[in-house]
Amino acid sequence: MSDTVLSRLLAELAGGRIRVVDLTQTLSSDFPQIVLPPEMGQAWPFRIEEASRYDARGPGWYWNNFSCSEHTGTHFDAPIHWISGRHLPDNSTDTIAVEKFVAPACVFDCSREAAADADFLLTVDFLRQWERRHGRIAAGSWVLMRTDWSKRTDPAAYQNIDETGQHTPGPDTDAVRFLIEERRVLGFGSEAIGTDAGQAFHLKPPYPCHYYMHGSGRFGLQCLTNLHLLPPVGSVIIAAPLKIKEGSGSPLRVLALVPQSLPAPGMSRATRKKSKTNGMRKRRR
Amino acid sequence: MTRPPVRPPRKNPILRTRLPTLPPAARSRVALGLTAAAARGRFELQVCRDCGTVQYPPREACRACLSPRLDWRVQDGNGELVAETTLRHSHELFFRERMPWRLGLIKLDSGPLVVAHLHGDCGSPPARVRVRAHLDRAGQAALLALPDKDTPHMADDRELRELTCDPKFRKVLVTDAKTPLGQALVEGLAGAGADLVWAGAAEPWKKPPGFERVKALPQVAIVPLDLTDSRAVKELAGEIGGRVDILINNADHHRNFGIAARDGVETARAEMDINYFGLLRLAQEFAPAMRARGADGPSSAVAWVNVLSVFALSNFPPHGTYSASKAAALSLSQCLRAELAPAGVRVINVFPGPIDDEWNQTLPPPKIAPARLAADIVTALRGGAEDVFPGDVAQDWLERWRDNPKALERELAAMPKQ
Ligand SMILES: [Zn+2]
Repeated sequence: MSDTVLSRLLAELAGGRIRVVDLTQTLSSDFPQIVLPPEMGQAWPFRIEEASRYDARGPGWYWNNFSCSEHTGTHFDAPIHWISGRHLPDNSTDTIAVEKFVAPACVFDCSREAAADADFLLTVDFLRQWERRHGRIAAGSWVLMRTDWSKRTDPAAYQNIDETGQHTPGPDTDAVRFLIEERRVLGFGSEAIGTDAGQAFHLKPPYPCHYYMHGSGRFGLQCLTNLHLLPPVGSVIIAAPLKIKEGSGSPLRVLALVPQSLPAPGMSRATRKKSKTNGMRKRRR
Repeated sequence: MTRPPVRPPRKNPILRTRLPTLPPAARSRVALGLTAAAARGRFELQVCRDCGTVQYPPREACRACLSPRLDWRVQDGNGELVAETTLRHSHELFFRERMPWRLGLIKLDSGPLVVAHLHGDCGSPPARVRVRAHLDRAGQAALLALPDKDTPHMADDRELRELTCDPKFRKVLVTDAKTPLGQALVEGLAGAGADLVWAGAAEPWKKPPGFERVKALPQVAIVPLDLTDSRAVKELAGEIGGRVDILINNADHHRNFGIAARDGVETARAEMDINYFGLLRLAQEFAPAMRARGADGPSSAVAWVNVLSVFALSNFPPHGTYSASKAAALSLSQCLRAELAPAGVRVINVFPGPIDDEWNQTLPPPKIAPARLAADIVTALRGGAEDVFPGDVAQDWLERWRDNPKALERELAAMPKQ
């Protein structure tokens, strides 16, 4: 192959100078599903039914039928998902320009704050401090909120629900508007079950990240994992939802390309190996 | 006197597990009238409409006047034991394995002479007794004479225990222990002497009130179980399926919509996924091991309980899709009953009226309390019936349905929307 950008990229990948990091949770029936009041319409959890397994139902082959919501597991939110984005052009999974499925990422490390306060809200002040260290958030970037929430492999701890609802971190209203209006980001990504905080129903407006991001044609990524393996800047995200007609979102495989010269903070070879396994632990007493 | 209950010894693992044998099951169609009543926990005999003769065994015509006009009527079963015998030889495998077996000849106060299994606490003749019709392991009506007054440890009688599914010393799976009914069932079974109660729990992140108390009971083991998840059902069956003596499927998805009140099929599908497919998934994974353990010692696999709804008989339009899912489950449970019959494992269908819970909030009383329903289910396990209609509403609907199903359909259609 002649010396092109792509051939150089392939050479960097083959040489291990660009790592491919999987930001995806395993699709399994143990992975928690978003909780809504039971009288409302519900998102299906991931379920799988065996069609055959080298047996009387199909002697030479194994395959399954699966079912899930557009919003199950690690998934993409299209603008049409929210009422604020319903009239935008090209707002569903089948019509979004495919160029947007490959984009740079900024990673905000909120892991210490989220460990101290499950209801932690990302603020404009936090973002400005981040920019002082890592530079201005580039337009068209994915902004990913690292909270280490994906390390909660106990589904009950991951959901973190009590009588007052869910307690998971997310952005506050002003931070969302800042990212959209002043930084023109591509979308917001989260390790928790929603891009909005667990208590975001009580913000103004309710669920501001969904409301403003989708209302301005931007995207969401939820239930991400391995964000601790990404540098604050410099990685590239590949996140292409299934081409569902008028789809509001889709489970998907999210990959990050990470230049080896930009190690994530605290990243060692050992943790890199460990990161290959993820997913929910089955809860047993 | 029946001896106080003693925990059966542990199974000797080098001996072959005995295969189930059944008492003689063949009955004429007319004799099935006795079974139909016993299935609902009643002792009924034919009574001649012309001369009033009560007769046994059942026949096509009155033995006194040859009239064919015979009605099945509930009997109090009171009578006098006039003779007894102890069976020491039989060509029936079922009885050969259970020798000696006590039988009695009873003169019922209403007239006929009947042969019945004799409870150990019945005195020698002449003695007053109460005759009951229980389903036997073959699912057919068997007459059993009880002493005229209750005795201590009466339920532990060997011949009676062959006709019941007593949870004492048995291991029980309750498929959803998180609901008020599930919690009451787990507590009731623990109180009834169950050895172990596996308490199924889906969605570990949801912690309903009261669940911690149930978890703390010493006989209880919480197990992850979501009936919508085939792999989870299979996994649990792999772990405990070979030890479940009684399975109580109370998992239920209930929303209150007819057809017009809710757009789309999502709610109806969720109901079907638990109420119908959930039963199917459970049956595919748990029934095979139970079939193999129908004669596994004194604490063999013995019963499968489905908590259905009286709405399964006739659609209750305000809860129309739920009714349909329960009707589907009722039909499937008949298939399961046929498949478990060769093992002598009884399928008990429970048809409560509206339960006093959040999904029936706006229905007017009477509604059956979860604790009362749980107690009725435990009672049913200790009895001899397979179709149980707990509470006043269920009894009322059942009678109206038996009398005239079309009339009940019209009456339910005319009920105001709740
Ligand atoms: Zn007559």
